[in-house]
Amino acid sequence: MAAVRVEEVLAAAEEQEAEKRRSVTVEKELELEFDLGNLLAVDRNPPPAAGLRGAGPRREALLRALARDNAQLLVARLWELPAERAGGAGGPLVARLPEPAFRLPREKPPPRPRPPTRWEQFARLKGIRRRKRTSLVWDEQAKEWRRRWGYRRAGGDPARAWLAEVPEGADPQEDQFARLRREKRERVARNELNRLRNLARAHRAGTAAPAAPLHPTGHQSREELGRVARVARVSTASLGRFQPRLPKEPAEPPSRSGGRKRRFEPLLGNLAAERSRQLELLRDMGSKRPVLDITRAVNKQLRQEEAEAAAAKGKKQSQRGKRGRRQQRAGRSAKKSGARRQQQQQRPVGSGTGGGGGKRKKA
Amino acid sequence: MLIKGGNANLTVTEVLKDIYAVKKPFAVLYKKKNITRPFEDQTSLEFFSKKSDCSLFLFGSHNKKRPNNLIIGRMFDYHVLDMIELGIEKFVSLKDVKNSKCPEGTKPMLIFAGDMFDVNEEYRRLKSLLIDFFRGPSVPNIRLAGLECVLHFTAVDGKIYMRSYKVLLKKSGCKIPRIELEEMGPSLDLVMRRTHLASDDLYKLSLKQPKALKVCTLESMLLPDLSVNQSKSLSINYCISDQSLLLFRPNEISGATALLG
Repeated sequence: MAAVRVEEVLAAAEEQEAEKRRSVTVEKELELEFDLGNLLAVDRNPPPAAGLRGAGPRREALLRALARDNAQLLVARLWELPAERAGGAGGPLVARLPEPAFRLPREKPPPRPRPPTRWEQFARLKGIRRRKRTSLVWDEQAKEWRRRWGYRRAGGDPARAWLAEVPEGADPQEDQFARLRREKRERVARNELNRLRNLARAHRAGTAAPAAPLHPTGHQSREELGRVARVARVSTASLGRFQPRLPKEPAEPPSRSGGRKRRFEPLLGNLAAERSRQLELLRDMGSKRPVLDITRAVNKQLRQEEAEAAAAKGKKQSQRGKRGRRQQRAGRSAKKSGARRQQQQQRPVGSGTGGGGGKRKKA
Repeated sequence: MLIKGGNANLTVTEVLKDIYAVKKPFAVLYKKKNITRPFEDQTSLEFFSKKSDCSLFLFGSHNKKRPNNLIIGRMFDYHVLDMIELGIEKFVSLKDVKNSKCPEGTKPMLIFAGDMFDVNEEYRRLKSLLIDFFRGPSVPNIRLAGLECVLHFTAVDGKIYMRSYKVLLKKSGCKIPRIELEEMGPSLDLVMRRTHLASDDLYKLSLKQPKALKVCTLESMLLPDLSVNQSKSLSINYCISDQSLLLFRPNEISGATALLG
């Protein structure tokens, strides 16, 4: 009898608990995902699309019910976190949040590690490791534990030292106190100098490093991208030879510098080639015709100037907008005639010095 | 930073002002209109970001082709990382809802509902952007009674509904309070228009964290357990020793090998 009654009592208690919890439990098909560090909850269940399609208060009510359910689940999770009373027993209940789990991109790239200082390099070479010193030292005179340095240090105040031993082989007339002060000043100055030197070295290394960034930055020019692609191709185990290629890429891998290295002929090589080269040089020096073709040079220069002007105009257009475009349209015709006038001027000059009027590639 | 475009109408201006009110101490609202198009030319946005040292921005504009336009975006290293253009279909302002509001600077709870936020890549980036925008500063502790603001985003039928509610904690029988919500604050119905998302490489680069912030795993704290065999040779077994030994660095054991050897 007693056993049955105990069971009944337990069952009744459980039912009561369930009743209480009913007001705070929410039924969901899929569990929500929580990121309590950000106070974030993500609900993967597809919302009832039919109810939300019609506009008006019904949609608002549905959204509100959905929000209430999700908020209830999130708050239940937050209340389960370890909490404590801040500021004594009567203070507000404060929960400790975990680290935010959702990965968000940074605002700025992470700082570069600074290069090791001269001492750090030496220590790494020799295998010297840092020994942690105790902060308190036993002072025999005062018979207590005192700081290693600072207020009330172990050896007594150095400013009040009344005795300074004269070391062997020192001038007896020399002022030892002055010597000690001077040496301290020198030590401080030397440390400061080394610290500034380390800073300067780190700063120099930091500014020199991003000369050739191979990471995508989102604003790289065509040449930079070409260079990066070339370097990437050569940076494999086979140095760019035996790897899948694009259809139009050459089989020979490109050189890493892009063909910029100067190559010199060996000193004592092909004597016949050297002879022919020297004779050709003499022939060119003796001939009447000039080696530089003036018309071609002038055309090249004009083409370059036109390309620069077009690039500048394109930039200005995007900056100025409508007003600028109207002005530009009026100004463009003026520019065209101006260029033509320039060409007419250049041509007689060119034909005068060069041999025959060169045809312009651009009419 | 909240910027107005060349022809920003009343709706868009009201939206910007309301969001500024929600994000009060951590936002800057520019009063003058700026005639730029963020999707074509991003230099003026980057200039503003450098000047105000803000990486998140909200740009509002209005024209016939894109009425009530809102561009939400973020920067990495003062260059535009992601930009998403949203159209405002319906807007209910803070003033129109006559309920009590939350105090300034409260950290809101964010809830995202709808499977679109995981399936679609653009929606995923939008979710990340919205979290970044609205989450507020990261704090280690939070006062449980001070959880007053909830921002609820639902993605349904190609539309995104943003609603803000004030939380009322009611008594329930047990420790966890029962939540009742009261509509407060701005509510927006948004439609996604154009997007300008960063490439995967750039996005991965921006996610990189410095080593100091990485959590130390137990494997990196493993240290060798030295034992001398019968044949007088040292064999090293790795094992997880008791807690105090985790403080020692593995290098220091090499001194012990010299002693034993």
